[in-house]
Amino acid sequence: MALLAIDNLSIRFATNDGEVRAVNAVSLTIEAGETVGIVGESGSGKSQLAYAIMGLLARNGRAAGSVIFDGQDILNARPNVLNRIRAEKIAMIFQDPMTSLNPYMRVADQMAEVLVLHKGMGKRAAVAEAVRMLDAVRIPDARGRVRLYPHEFSGGMRQRVMIAMALLCRPRLLIADEPTTALDVTVQAQIMALLSDLQREFGMAMILITHDLGVVAGSCERVAVMYGGRIRETGPVGPLFRAPAHPYTQGLLHAIPRIDRTDDELAAIPGAPPNMTCPPPGCAFEPRCPCRREVCATDRPPLEGFAPGRARACFAPLADVRGHRETAAPTTPRGTGAHPPENRIVPVAAVAGAGMAATPGRLDDHD
Amino acid sequence: MFAYVLRRMAVAIPTLLLLIVLSFVLMHLAPGGPFTQERELPAQVLANLNAKYGLDQPLWRQIWNYLYGIVAHFDFGPSFVYPDRTVNQLIAEGFPVTLTYGALSFLFAVVVGVALGVVAAIRQNSFLDYLAVGISIGAQVLPNFVMAPILVLVFTLWCGLLPGGGWSFSDPRFWVMPVIALGTSYMASIARITRSSMLEVLGSNHIRTARAKGMPEHRVVIRHALKPALLPVISYLGPVFVSMITGSVVIDIYFSTGGIGKAFVDSALNRDYAVMMGVTILIGALTILFNLVVDILYAWIDPRIRY
Repeated sequence: MALLAIDNLSIRFATNDGEVRAVNAVSLTIEAGETVGIVGESGSGKSQLAYAIMGLLARNGRAAGSVIFDGQDILNARPNVLNRIRAEKIAMIFQDPMTSLNPYMRVADQMAEVLVLHKGMGKRAAVAEAVRMLDAVRIPDARGRVRLYPHEFSGGMRQRVMIAMALLCRPRLLIADEPTTALDVTVQAQIMALLSDLQREFGMAMILITHDLGVVAGSCERVAVMYGGRIRETGPVGPLFRAPAHPYTQGLLHAIPRIDRTDDELAAIPGAPPNMTCPPPGCAFEPRCPCRREVCATDRPPLEGFAPGRARACFAPLADVRGHRETAAPTTPRGTGAHPPENRIVPVAAVAGAGMAATPGRLDDHD
Repeated sequence: MFAYVLRRMAVAIPTLLLLIVLSFVLMHLAPGGPFTQERELPAQVLANLNAKYGLDQPLWRQIWNYLYGIVAHFDFGPSFVYPDRTVNQLIAEGFPVTLTYGALSFLFAVVVGVALGVVAAIRQNSFLDYLAVGISIGAQVLPNFVMAPILVLVFTLWCGLLPGGGWSFSDPRFWVMPVIALGTSYMASIARITRSSMLEVLGSNHIRTARAKGMPEHRVVIRHALKPALLPVISYLGPVFVSMITGSVVIDIYFSTGGIGKAFVDSALNRDYAVMMGVTILIGALTILFNLVVDILYAWIDPRIRY
């Protein structure tokens, strides 16, 4: 049985501007000990997916479908049941370590309360365990620093504290929601290496949510690419990156600047992500897609398997998608009227930060 | 921190001095004086009175004498209107009364206001929220000079439960109505500030972390949200505490409590220079003190603040 089984999950938010359909009919399974990447740009619904797994959706959010963790239905669980699962079985680390720790409490107190709450430990023992965990995430002088407040740590050190806090109860699943986005590049690499080490050491499964393809390539076994609240393509990391089968995945990979190519322009996927209050009736990527055809505007492509372990949601024939590999970028999207500007600098906002750490060498490691 | 407090104390002295000089000058600039009456006093009598209270001397000399009296003997001078009373006596009589009902009122406003605000925030857009917001708006639009007679009408005339006025330190029944009448509108403001600040804090990232740690919601609110949510409330409470413990003329008049609120207003109307100055200095000193207390509380709550 899978550790986590997400089936046909949809998440809606009631807002003043109408209903936002953040996540639509997403199905995903995570096996024990596995690392799965969820990739997508801002607003693709990947973080809301994570919050739904933790039962942490905002008050105006409603989830339909099912999320089963270790046989336990999460979506319909009572609050006290959820509270036993959080931190104890599923832990989460967040994007911004600057604000995700409580600035008014000492690190010792923030960490110890997890153990006091879940393990019934005494304060003194809990702090000792917190120090051990800070040692494990390689914070120097953990015994002294545990008495400090979060603002007395650097960004990378704070994220280490977050990780240590998440691992206190030895959870079976760790959800990392853009764990390195707010950190600078050298620290990013350290944190990712640390996460991979710890994951092996603790034998836990991990969901890595990111828009950084390099991070996914370096640490995940499987990856799901999300766009407009739906999974567009999923498969093992190596084959998916080497031969993407969805125009969006292809666009994302194409947008990574490569040091071995001498292009003057940064490649971008033209256009902007869809407005999720009134998603288009067909494929949400259709307006930006270089491979689009008639049917894409009216019908939604289902997620269908096409090779062992791989699936994609696209009407265009596979050969057609791959044929566009080298010419994906320069098309002008229909209806936006946008042209690449004369000054040869094309904004890459669509894939902000994509693959800062991604080099061809690291992609090849997964062959 | 200790050095900071000393520094603030040192700054307080010139501030207080400036307050004294300014109010002294302004007071003397206002037309009329303590002995101005409808029927004019004979010139000789007026001259004698002025000489007795030192009003015939140049202003700088009067200020100097006044300051000297305070610094050397903690003597705020005699009342100009009540010949047998000194300002020290008047304040010593009235201030304990205002301090008592003011502090109780403050306690009432803070406890009820914060509770109402927190409940409204954690049950946002529910019936409880609307009820709490409704109560606080109602309390805010009901000024104390309307509140006071309504309380007297209900509790004294209809129910016969509470004395309609007067003051006794030993009988709490005298305290109830002044406390409620003075505290209600402050309570409403505190509730509104608490609610909006709590809502903001509950949406912040570190609260999401606390929830992800599997803490029950009430512990999230008490352990993680209450402290930061109270910061704006505390900065509001400093000046409010001072204005509450220095009394209210409305309360003193409606309930005949005999506090310094009424004494202050009377002194201004009568040009009772010494009483006016005495109460002004009291309020000024308390304001400076409690602004310092607020700053210290801030640093105590938020470890990122360093002085």
